Amino acid sequence: MYTSISDGIDGNANGGDEREQAFNARLDRAMKIEPSDWMPEAYRKTLVRQISQHAHSEIVGMLPEGNWITRAPSLHRKLILLAKVQDEAGHGLYLYSAGETLGTPRDEMVAALHSGKAKYSSIFNYPTLAWADVGAIGWLVDGAAIINQIPLTRCSYGPYARAMVRICKEESFHQRQGFEIMWTLAHGTTAQHAMAQDALDRWWWPSVMMFGPPDSESTHNEQSQRWRIKLFTNDELRRKFIDQTVPQSEKLGLRIPDPQLRWNERTQHYEIGPIDWEEFYRVIKGDGPCNKDRLQTRIDAWEDGAWVREAATEHARKRAERSDAA
Amino acid sequence: MNARVEYVLRFGDNALVLAQRLCAWVAHAPIMEEDVALANVSLDLFGQARLWLAYAGELEGAGRDEDALAFHRGAGEFRNVLLVERPNGDFAETTVRGYFYDLWASLALAELSRSKDERIAAIAEKARKENAYHLRRSEDWMIRLGDGTEESRSRMQRAVNDFWRYTGELFLGDEVDATMREQGVGFDPTALREPWLERVRATFAAATLDVSSDVWMQRGGKQGVHTESLGYLLAEMQVLPRTISGAAW
Repeated sequence: MYTSISDGIDGNANGGDEREQAFNARLDRAMKIEPSDWMPEAYRKTLVRQISQHAHSEIVGMLPEGNWITRAPSLHRKLILLAKVQDEAGHGLYLYSAGETLGTPRDEMVAALHSGKAKYSSIFNYPTLAWADVGAIGWLVDGAAIINQIPLTRCSYGPYARAMVRICKEESFHQRQGFEIMWTLAHGTTAQHAMAQDALDRWWWPSVMMFGPPDSESTHNEQSQRWRIKLFTNDELRRKFIDQTVPQSEKLGLRIPDPQLRWNERTQHYEIGPIDWEEFYRVIKGDGPCNKDRLQTRIDAWEDGAWVREAATEHARKRAERSDAA
Repeated sequence: MNARVEYVLRFGDNALVLAQRLCAWVAHAPIMEEDVALANVSLDLFGQARLWLAYAGELEGAGRDEDALAFHRGAGEFRNVLLVERPNGDFAETTVRGYFYDLWASLALAELSRSKDERIAAIAEKARKENAYHLRRSEDWMIRLGDGTEESRSRMQRAVNDFWRYTGELFLGDEVDATMREQGVGFDPTALREPWLERVRATFAAATLDVSSDVWMQRGGKQGVHTESLGYLLAEMQVLPRTISGAAW
């Protein structure tokens, strides 16, 4: 699924040695940086943080939708949802692999998630209370993710950019299936329509917040833009999302829960009411409705599976020993 | 009910119920690669269930499609074997349950792929290819976990001992089986027992596990008499279409 990123960048890329000049020259020519290339330590650290947060978001992001796999209302819907959540596991795996090319093993990144040191996208700390939430997540959350991620297919770090190409293709399918669920519900029975509206009411603002704090409060844009690991600002991406999504809600016949929403003829963009940034920071700090449950579920899966991983390792050791002896 | 409808439902319900069990693992597996693998097996089985149930509905001719059969039947109308409805438990229990089923299905589907009913033969042929991968994976895990650590071996042995009592039903025939066999549509389930046991013994030898001693073999699933756990599985699976009736999803 997705992540909103780039909080906390360490250091900067000043300095003038030859390797650094070569690195900057590659950036200037929009060439990719590859794992074997020299890179500033701060660039490496920032990327590990960004890529691992993104990977964690995919893995934790399996939970809200996974919550409805066993209850999907038709076999067709169940297959699509299951395949979608499976894609997210796949995205997590490519991203951890991209992170590993920077020298940090997957287990280390996962341990940082479990200890609370690493973050994941805050959107997944909201609950999926009804089937329509699965539609709303596909439509809004994956829709926002695509807007965030398409520029990353052009980011400077080769393995990350290439992973994003494949991920974006799958995300675009996810977004369409979410919209299609919403469409079916919005045009279904009265109860189904109400379910769709309720899901939009609950997921709209958290989705708008997915792009991160406003540019005026976002401190790391400049360095990340220089490094070409962030190509647009939070507010630019957010505006794109809103402009894209409002007409879609009209097609669905659903109401965006914002009485101040209006089209501005002069700017040719929608304007929205105030975002509740207090809520945003509260959820990031751990007091969202599901922070504790989401993380605990991942920790439980990891701890309950420890004996399986140990057994697989031990079996591999025994086999190697036997083949040596043979 | 028409014997052929009943017969096709058995295969459809086996796939459906096991798929429903397996999909609950996704996002909770011991290794991320296993989230992907368990989802794959579950997806294959849901796909197979749709083909079987759609055909059962057509044969029945009462206007029930795959979803009507999946979401609007009570536990007593399900025709799956007891083995597949047993709860997931830990990864050892899921592995052992899956292995017993996959091995049986590999034999049963091979028989069905030669059915005189062309539709049954075609569904079985497709399912057989998928099942070959499922069996390869579950057999591999049987060996890795059986011949892994002390803990993994003891968990696997306990799971074998628990699930063994549900394997007898796989090889029990009834009138429906006999009728289908006479018509050249189905096979004799008792004939699968020896080949199944032979491969179990070989796998267990590699896995350092013991085949369970004689226990009473539970039965009844094929005739609609289930364990308590099926009712909960269905309550969860069927809740939405049952709550909002007359809706399209």
